[in-house]
Amino acid sequence: MSLVHILPAGDCALVVEFENKIAPEVNARVMQLCAAIKGSAIKGVVDFIPTFRSVLVSYDPLVISYNKLQKRLQKLSEIKSDAANNTARIFHIPVCYGGEFGEDIGDVAAHTGLSVDEVVAMHSEKPYLIYMLGFLPGFPYLGGLNEKLFTPRLPSPRTSIPAGSVGIGGEQTGIYPLASPGGWRLIGRTPLKPYDAKREEPILYAAGDYIKFDPVSETEYNKIEKAVQENTYTYTIEKRGT
Amino acid sequence: MLSIMVPGPLAMLQDMGVVGYQSAGFPQTGAADKDALRKANLLVGNAQNEACIEMVLMGITTYFTKAAVIAITGADIAPQLNWEPIPMNRAIAVKKGDTFTSSYAKSGCRAYFAIAGGFDVPRVMGSKSTNLKLKTGGFEGRKLRTGDLLPYQEISLPPETLAKRSIAAAPYDKQVTLRVVLGPQENAFTENGMNIFLSSEYLVDPNSDRMGIRLKGEAVESQNGTDIISDGIAYGSVQIPANGQPIILGADRQTTGGYVKIATVITRDMPKTAQLKPGDAVRFAAISVKEAQKLYKAYEKEMRALAKRFQ
Repeated sequence: MSLVHILPAGDCALVVEFENKIAPEVNARVMQLCAAIKGSAIKGVVDFIPTFRSVLVSYDPLVISYNKLQKRLQKLSEIKSDAANNTARIFHIPVCYGGEFGEDIGDVAAHTGLSVDEVVAMHSEKPYLIYMLGFLPGFPYLGGLNEKLFTPRLPSPRTSIPAGSVGIGGEQTGIYPLASPGGWRLIGRTPLKPYDAKREEPILYAAGDYIKFDPVSETEYNKIEKAVQENTYTYTIEKRGT
Repeated sequence: MLSIMVPGPLAMLQDMGVVGYQSAGFPQTGAADKDALRKANLLVGNAQNEACIEMVLMGITTYFTKAAVIAITGADIAPQLNWEPIPMNRAIAVKKGDTFTSSYAKSGCRAYFAIAGGFDVPRVMGSKSTNLKLKTGGFEGRKLRTGDLLPYQEISLPPETLAKRSIAAAPYDKQVTLRVVLGPQENAFTENGMNIFLSSEYLVDPNSDRMGIRLKGEAVESQNGTDIISDGIAYGSVQIPANGQPIILGADRQTTGGYVKIATVITRDMPKTAQLKPGDAVRFAAISVKEAQKLYKAYEKEMRALAKRFQ
């Protein structure tokens, strides 16, 4: 197992770094460490941010010192556990592709030499790993986009992209949980709200989970949108491996 | 109700911020000067994490529809009650119908207005802090406007105890030295770059805000560029983007980012960053984590003593 680096990020946080690359196996170690931190309930740990290849851990120095926490985390990072894999979930996200919801899908088809139907089929084929959340609440950095779908970003970003937009930006794909400026090519939109401050669980999914896009018609989109508004929508969540 | 007559350029509710949602990409927010926030709350008998009005560069003008006890800390905004000067950093009893006025910050940049019992607004993710970008939290998710009515509990404190509810004013200098713990990516810089960072004077750029204090000065030289695989950003992280100009990341920072971080400002010194105005000067001095945590503990001990004094 490769080396783990633990470095101070001031007096109330530290960062645990794994291998310096974006890869599912590196991210799996990040998720394992997070599961281990949760499982061992270390006194003084306040919050943690899992990212592609590291975890930022915030803590209270009144309760635990840097040296002590560093030692605890060093041990936890070396333990191999399947805890993370067992808890990973697959969130089904209905997406209405093309049309007014995904006005750049034609660009993606033209750039990749695929038909629009092929773009939809390929994009919704298999679940994507959520490496991390960042940039906006509930904005997932997804891994596993089919190389055939890689399409450069727009030459100049849009000033506002509607909430729920699903897009492709270079080698990445993802969802804009909130209206925001952005340069990704928009291929569809989901009626679900990945982020809703008023919901009991404000963010639908977590880093380490998977997202599977399910194509829906405009009629279905409208139906789901209404159900979400009325709080009657039932989310489809699978446990991975079942 | 607290009736806002003049809100000033930027006044909003802030408490200690959101805890536990950074892994989901939700920013911490919270008061820029947590020292001033906590002390304002202690003065009026609140829990230290209660929401106060954070006022930037200028204070508010407001009217009280019922009695209250208030305290103003942070930048000196020359507060007045019914056009008579009142002291900063002290609990003041206010009667129904009183008017509070204040003016431009004479020293410092941010002042805090606490009211006994706190403001009665809903919590978002457990916090009353305003998130201006996401338009949530605080009072209707936005900065205060003329005509806003902020609900508060009418709580009185024994009048004979008010006089002792006072603290010394914090000094706000136009030149500050911020102590930092180096890292996490200090190895990304050349020796020369590190020397520049630790010996130069930087000036605060007008584009600074609650997200970050942008500095201008000699560029910090990196070894192989300033991009890294995006990772988590701690409160007080000093980020060095491609132009080599440091940015101290504050309460409204994004949770993750892809620039190298040369150092982290210690918790004890972060309140100073909230009081910097454009053109003020900053220097950095490196200390060990151990020293930083010693300072952290000493400060918390002072705060416990202060809380005890007001009990």
